[in-house]
Amino acid sequence: MSTVSPPQRRAEEFILPVDELVELYRKMVLARRFEEQTERSFRRGKIGGYLHEYTGQEAVALGFLRALRDGDIFFTAYRDHAHALFCGSDPRRIMAELYGKVTGLCKGKGGSMHLFDVERGFYGGYGIVGNHIPLAVGAAYSLRYHEGDSVCLCFLGDGAMNSGALHEAANLAGLWGHQGLCPVVFIIENNQYGLATSVERASAVTNLASRFDAYDIPNERCDGQDLLVVYDVARRVIEEVRRTGRPYCVEALTYRFVGHGAADLRAREQTYRHPEEVERWRQRDPILLLEQHLRTAEALDDDQVEQIQAWADQIVEDAVQFAEESPPPPPEELYADVYADPTGMFDA
Amino acid sequence: MPEMRYSEAITLTLDQEMARDPSVLVMGEDVGQYGGQFYITQGLLQKYGPKRVIDTPISELGFIGAGIGMAMLGLRPVVEVMTWNFALVGVDQILQNAAKIRYFSGGQAGVPLVIRGPNGAGVQLSAQHSQSFESFYGHFPGLKVVAPATPADTMGLLRTAIRSDDPVIFLEHAGLYSSRGEVPEGEHLVPFGQARIAREGRHVTVVAYSRMLHYALSAAEKLAERGVECEVIDLRTIKPLDIKTVAASVQHTNRAVVVQEQWKLFGAAGEIAAQIYEHCFDDLDAPVERVTGQDVPAPYARNLELLAFPGEQQIIDAVERVLR
Repeated sequence: MSTVSPPQRRAEEFILPVDELVELYRKMVLARRFEEQTERSFRRGKIGGYLHEYTGQEAVALGFLRALRDGDIFFTAYRDHAHALFCGSDPRRIMAELYGKVTGLCKGKGGSMHLFDVERGFYGGYGIVGNHIPLAVGAAYSLRYHEGDSVCLCFLGDGAMNSGALHEAANLAGLWGHQGLCPVVFIIENNQYGLATSVERASAVTNLASRFDAYDIPNERCDGQDLLVVYDVARRVIEEVRRTGRPYCVEALTYRFVGHGAADLRAREQTYRHPEEVERWRQRDPILLLEQHLRTAEALDDDQVEQIQAWADQIVEDAVQFAEESPPPPPEELYADVYADPTGMFDA
Repeated sequence: MPEMRYSEAITLTLDQEMARDPSVLVMGEDVGQYGGQFYITQGLLQKYGPKRVIDTPISELGFIGAGIGMAMLGLRPVVEVMTWNFALVGVDQILQNAAKIRYFSGGQAGVPLVIRGPNGAGVQLSAQHSQSFESFYGHFPGLKVVAPATPADTMGLLRTAIRSDDPVIFLEHAGLYSSRGEVPEGEHLVPFGQARIAREGRHVTVVAYSRMLHYALSAAEKLAERGVECEVIDLRTIKPLDIKTVAASVQHTNRAVVVQEQWKLFGAAGEIAAQIYEHCFDDLDAPVERVTGQDVPAPYARNLELLAFPGEQQIIDAVERVLR
């Protein structure tokens, strides 16, 4: 992995107008601050269960979600807070979900691993490694069934690459893609570790994208740290999939700066990752890289960076306050949403 | 009323529902070109085309999961499992996704999906191909579980299943596919959670479903010759379970026998018996009897298989015990 700075670009070479890039920078800063807060809230016992932060990987989800249109949809696994923020979910409702409050995205019934915002095309975070991938393939089929041109993104981790669900789903996608009926983009967020097991120790072939060759699915790898690179790939791939109705895979090479989850204390002890490795990747922090691009183009200065951080902190603070002050789900929510039609289901 | 086979009732219902609603599709192994392992989807590919009649690879984890994703986006897939034994490969999708997505999404997404295929035992298919899954699926919140015994109910319940907005586990019985019965004309619908009194009687209530219903009815016939009148209840759906109809019957017969095809321990009969005790404790004149299969993997040899699964005689014996 290279540790050099990104190539310097002039503003006119950017693939998006500078003010939009500043906006994307703000979103990444917000996601970072949001995740830092979730960890604090977890330590204080305000957030229960488990918590998986996206810190360090922000450019991957943002680059792809920014390239979607209205009507497009996406699925992801349990490291899903940033995806919700980037697709436009209200940060207050995300935080409230983590706090188990009725004002949460899922009324406090899903929690950290199961964020959903269907109105914004977000069909969920899923907690079993690999098991959302078949859903995304079927969902993509639905999008073409009625002749639409929407696409489906399926984010997955490097850990999911060795699950049967991935391989069965990829084969179906390849087959249905031959008929132009499976517009899905598999995005491997390769953060190098499935919990503490490195890709090298988990996958007989470490070029994960290339494993999609077996299913006749075009694939490529890209730098997952530089938002401009990710967005450029995402835009091209998504439009191709939209045009052809065939699946595609992009493996984005990235890194989580934090543990697998908030309870992964061994990450702090650095028992499975060398401190130098972590430091090397931190030099390629996606926020830092975009900041460098924008500073070079004179689109961002110290004052603005400070302002953006203060803005993000304010949003996070508001979200926490909203979550704290919201009521928990009322007891009748216990039985709501088990069935569309609960007639006779709770008679015993 | 026209008469048809149990399997034909399924075919006709699929055809009618596909004609009625363009969002209904069928998917599974060999359902298209081949027409289905039991010829149930025969003719559908020619009529509705490959987009709505999807031949899948042998890949239950993949295609059951894909069916769930389709359902979340507004389609109404009817996924055929060649037998329910094969669904075990995809059971993570059924229990972890289909059953729970509505709940953990806070009601934002639903899964109007039917998974159907033959369940049960008794035709010398040995251990891996002879299993009954009604209590297994009935255990998990979020699923509805249907086990029809007659062609008419198969039609009426399948139609309800396809139109349901909840995921439905539709357990057919391979041993019943060629059985015949009258089927009402027109748009026949049977609601979930309404058991049927298949035979009226006053001495003992016999609760059964699927293939076991037919043994219960023939046992009742034999017992009637000796003056014992059984009230035979066909549950039709395991979940929702119509305990009201069962309890009302037990309240006037004061005795109950519950029949299930397979393993006794932690089975459906145990749950139904417990509910009878809860609702009818003071009405009972004898302990509830369970008629079940033996707690062994299904053997191949015909003589052992006959020992492993209950039939008419075991039901007669149980009725005699509760009347003692």
